Amino acid sequence: MSDLKQELKEKIITQLNLEDIAIEEIADNDPLFGDGLGLDSIDALELIVMLDKDYGIKLTDPKEGKKIFESIEIMANYIAAHRTK
Amino acid sequence: MEEVYINSIGSISAQKTFDNNDFLEEITTYEDNILPVIDPNYKEYIPPAAARRMAKGIKMGVVASKIALEEAGLANVDAIITGTGMGCVRDSEKFVTAILDNNEQFLTPTSFIQSTHNTVAGQIALGIGCKGYNFTYVHSSVSFESALIDAIMQLQLREAENILVGGVDESGEHTNAIHKLIQYIKPEKINTNKLLQSKTGGTVFGEGANFFVLSNIKQDSSYAQVIDVKTFNTMAKSDLVSNLEAYLKGNNLSVADIDVLISGNNGDIDYDSYYADLTNGPFKNTQQVVYKHLSGEFNTASAFGFWLGAKILKSQHIPKAIALNAIKTKGLRIVLLYNQYRGKNHSFTLLRQC
Repeated sequence: MSDLKQELKEKIITQLNLEDIAIEEIADNDPLFGDGLGLDSIDALELIVMLDKDYGIKLTDPKEGKKIFESIEIMANYIAAHRTK
Repeated sequence: MEEVYINSIGSISAQKTFDNNDFLEEITTYEDNILPVIDPNYKEYIPPAAARRMAKGIKMGVVASKIALEEAGLANVDAIITGTGMGCVRDSEKFVTAILDNNEQFLTPTSFIQSTHNTVAGQIALGIGCKGYNFTYVHSSVSFESALIDAIMQLQLREAENILVGGVDESGEHTNAIHKLIQYIKPEKINTNKLLQSKTGGTVFGEGANFFVLSNIKQDSSYAQVIDVKTFNTMAKSDLVSNLEAYLKGNNLSVADIDVLISGNNGDIDYDSYYADLTNGPFKNTQQVVYKHLSGEFNTASAFGFWLGAKILKSQHIPKAIALNAIKTKGLRIVLLYNQYRGKNHSFTLLRQC
């Protein structure tokens, strides 16, 4: 699980161009949106595409994304439970 | 009709031009066929949260425009008009590559949003909160001149007081590869000092952003007056001199009135003969200046030539690196710019000391 969390942090930094943020600066329970990492709705779309492309998880309900992308911890748990690749 | 002045400038190019206090004092020479820009510290101008989704062209355009606005002492303008030949080509390449690689699946929004040609003008407007006229011209190598013509007409007719006008193009890896394949880019790497003496076809590509605040109100800091701009999509080579003479006559000028000719030579043996028709013809006794060995060729490279004309008129100085001939004229009053790319999209621009 810690490997997956590390992988997610790397992907988020690369794919969302968070060039000023280091992996160590993202704690597992930090909120990704709002006051935490400050991601926005466009980033949410990028993350939905990433789940589909890299882990075979299709999110059909956008409201679902809101819960899943709350933190790295929650995201990693969800991916571990639902991944098809 | 009102007169139109260049009140400020901002340039990001393959030379260190982002500091308006410098005028090509230090020249960077390249041994290549693609020239990158010398980057300013973008973080000094753009907050990290905004910069993370900006492609290179957007960053260059936003920063060049900020430099120009700061020099003009303006926080906002009445209109923003940009010219670009290829727009945000890097994100276009990224988006199209993703479509192909992922079999039209998994398309992410960011590169699509940033791939449009008018993104630069849009981002500048968002940054300064400009809700005025916002327009982008995509007309190959007369893109910048088209933007210029629009701004001049609005200023002459007093529809606006201050307009931010700019030309911006970024270099894209795939686009460059295609242009190498068809030899629009020279297959060989070349020392840029020797580019304009090259005996081969094609040129050296570059990128850059050159922005100006044009106004119908002259300031102490004004660089020059813009007299006129004219573009031709097609022109027979045999008509160049007569068209230019007619253009000058239309502005109550003749060849003898031109103190400096800024010529868009790019080292392509197949097309530099257009410029030679002027430099070896009616302008053989005129002081001549070239610049694409410093900037590289791109669709809005002529905006760098425009920047050069403004700097020359304000400083009354011609750096050695841009002199094409040994003629030295004292009291530089009128500058003529001529540009074309591969025999198409010709432009004449006249600037006057103010």
